[in-house]
Amino acid sequence: MTARTDPARVMVAMSGGVDSSVAAALLLEAGYEVVGVTLRLWGGESDSGCCAVSDVDDARRVADALGIDHHVFNLGDHFESMVVGPYVADHAAGRTPNPCIECNRHVKFGRLMDRAGALGFGLLATGHHARVVERPDGTRRIARAADSAKDQSYVLNMLGQDQLAGLLLPIGDLTKEEVRRRATDLGLRTADKPDSQDVCFITRQHGRGDFLGRRLTFTPGRVVDGSGTEVGSVSAVELVTIGQRRGMALAGGAAPRFAVDVDVAGATVTVGPVGDLMVDTTPVEAFSWADGPMGGTLLVQTSAHGSSDPAVLDGDVVRWSEPHMRVAPGQSVVFYDGDEVLGGSIARQG
Amino acid sequence: MEGAYLDHAASTPARPEVVEAMLPWLAEHPGNPSGAHAEARAARRAIDDARDLVAALVGAQPGEVVFTSGGTEADNLAVDGVVRSTGRLPVCSAVEHPAVLAPVAEAGGIVVPTDAGGRIDLGALAEVLHAVGGIGLVSVMLANNETGVVNDLDAVAALLVEAASDVVLHTDAVQAAAWMELEVACRGAGLVSLTGHKLGGPKGAGALVVRSGVPLAPVLRGGGQERERRSGTQNVPAIVGLGEAARLVVADRATTVERVGALRDRLEAGLLAVPGTRRTVPVGTPRTPAIAHICFDGVESESLLFLLERDGVSASAGSSCASGAQEPSHVLAAMGVERGSALGSLRLSLGHASDDGDVDHALAVIRSAVSRLREHDPVGGSA
Repeated sequence: MTARTDPARVMVAMSGGVDSSVAAALLLEAGYEVVGVTLRLWGGESDSGCCAVSDVDDARRVADALGIDHHVFNLGDHFESMVVGPYVADHAAGRTPNPCIECNRHVKFGRLMDRAGALGFGLLATGHHARVVERPDGTRRIARAADSAKDQSYVLNMLGQDQLAGLLLPIGDLTKEEVRRRATDLGLRTADKPDSQDVCFITRQHGRGDFLGRRLTFTPGRVVDGSGTEVGSVSAVELVTIGQRRGMALAGGAAPRFAVDVDVAGATVTVGPVGDLMVDTTPVEAFSWADGPMGGTLLVQTSAHGSSDPAVLDGDVVRWSEPHMRVAPGQSVVFYDGDEVLGGSIARQG
Repeated sequence: MEGAYLDHAASTPARPEVVEAMLPWLAEHPGNPSGAHAEARAARRAIDDARDLVAALVGAQPGEVVFTSGGTEADNLAVDGVVRSTGRLPVCSAVEHPAVLAPVAEAGGIVVPTDAGGRIDLGALAEVLHAVGGIGLVSVMLANNETGVVNDLDAVAALLVEAASDVVLHTDAVQAAAWMELEVACRGAGLVSLTGHKLGGPKGAGALVVRSGVPLAPVLRGGGQERERRSGTQNVPAIVGLGEAARLVVADRATTVERVGALRDRLEAGLLAVPGTRRTVPVGTPRTPAIAHICFDGVESESLLFLLERDGVSASAGSSCASGAQEPSHVLAAMGVERGSALGSLRLSLGHASDDGDVDHALAVIRSAVSRLREHDPVGGSA
């Protein structure tokens, strides 16, 4: 394969939000040749502020204002097969997947990055709040954003050296407030646009249960306590997440109980008191590493905006230094060294 | 940068004579054709002159020409107009433009499959006509907007006469009008849709030809313009442009068809010489002389179009949705083209102003882009 890519040409993924708008503007200021691309991933119903025609319009109009070309790529088939299908299959198996992370893995930093290279772009940029740092030995890692409240390093845990070498995260050094100020100064129409929060193919109006209900036959299940005594019931075991407290027809009055195990095949949810939510170990699988496997004592983060806590990675088991909340199988378990991402994995059934 | 505009099936440039004819009606004459004073009468005269020219293009009476805002409105009016007037069901082919498919679906109508060339399956249509009562309209496009494939409307009309003489035949002739003798090809159709910007006219003016005796309720209601069939003040400059474009087509169609057809054939032959390419339309299927539709193995159209644009070649693939993204083509799906191949297809459509330079430029650019994409990304199309 010949390179024939130009390191001065950047394809910037523009969602139609303020972060990627400012990312494009900063790249232009830095002297890059910039082309904006918006992905069309989901043809169905959406109200989450992702993939909607109005967001494509926002991205296009920002690109127009910046004087850069803008294209729309329809990666809907790939999104369906690599993100939505596995999301449904994970729920069917009682796991709680993170589809945005799989979208990053397979679509944005998979298919789109490949396409950028094929079209002659040496670099891909996004509006994620995170940084790419270069280490003394020349390798690169994702590091936490300047704005810790907005940090998205967790969802970029899967990136390897090839991807990191071709990635720019122009707003990682700015706080969200600074991003909005830059957008306002530049007169960008997205300056005050609210952040998108939700999964693009799940509508706020109808929710996850409605979406999955169209693709799965739900399993009604028993809810039992630690001794096996039936204490409640659920209409869909597939929709129960570890740590969930409501929606299981539990009798009131007693101390609050939480889902601690979800068994779709056995049509059973096990609940327990808050103490049962704490564990000493979390089994993981599907590792990805920025620059080679790591072990020993690391900082480990198990949700997008959670804390990172010390633990020992021992083979495919995370051994927590202090008892830790149970992690739902399917969730990403990300390893840090200080502020830098070493790699990621996915929690599995114990 | 040298460029080649090869997206005439999406929209043609207005011909210079058309622009010339339109300008006074934008800049000088304010009249509303429904008024009584001299300026109004002048505007009325202008659109009636255009009406004569459009009627001549189709082989209709001037009074049968209803001006619309374009092809979509004409198609909507044809389907909804007959459905509302008769209370009967619409039927259409699977490769119709969405402007026909959507109102047919909304009315609970029936969609008839096509053969591998994208022509309506006459056997299936005959079956529907025999099996289903209460059909009021059959809509079959004359030439397809993606492939240029031409239907035999005489054969469709003969089926309708055989089955039930009062079923109206509608044809969307938007893509055929610049290339075919409508007077002959559409003689069996009671309703014919046209638009200006596919035949060297402006955007914003089209027509539905409504032959006398065809039952049609208006969709746009109001001031009763266009003999109560389409209310709303007529777009005088655009209608004048449509008329002039129709006049030019009638005047030079024979020579244009020959010249553009030769260009298309050379373009197509040049592309088919690239390994791993196929004609989407089977050889022998009748089609207009203006469109080359090619599938490239191992290439994604979106990437190809991106590289073509950078080198000044404007083309398209499938159809575009409101966001501008490429959507999988319902036309190719109806023809039985496998989805992976459809995602590697390219539509190059020529027009009146196309020349040898366009073909040469496009051939050079497309060859180089295809080889680049295959070299870089052999997974293309494997999703």
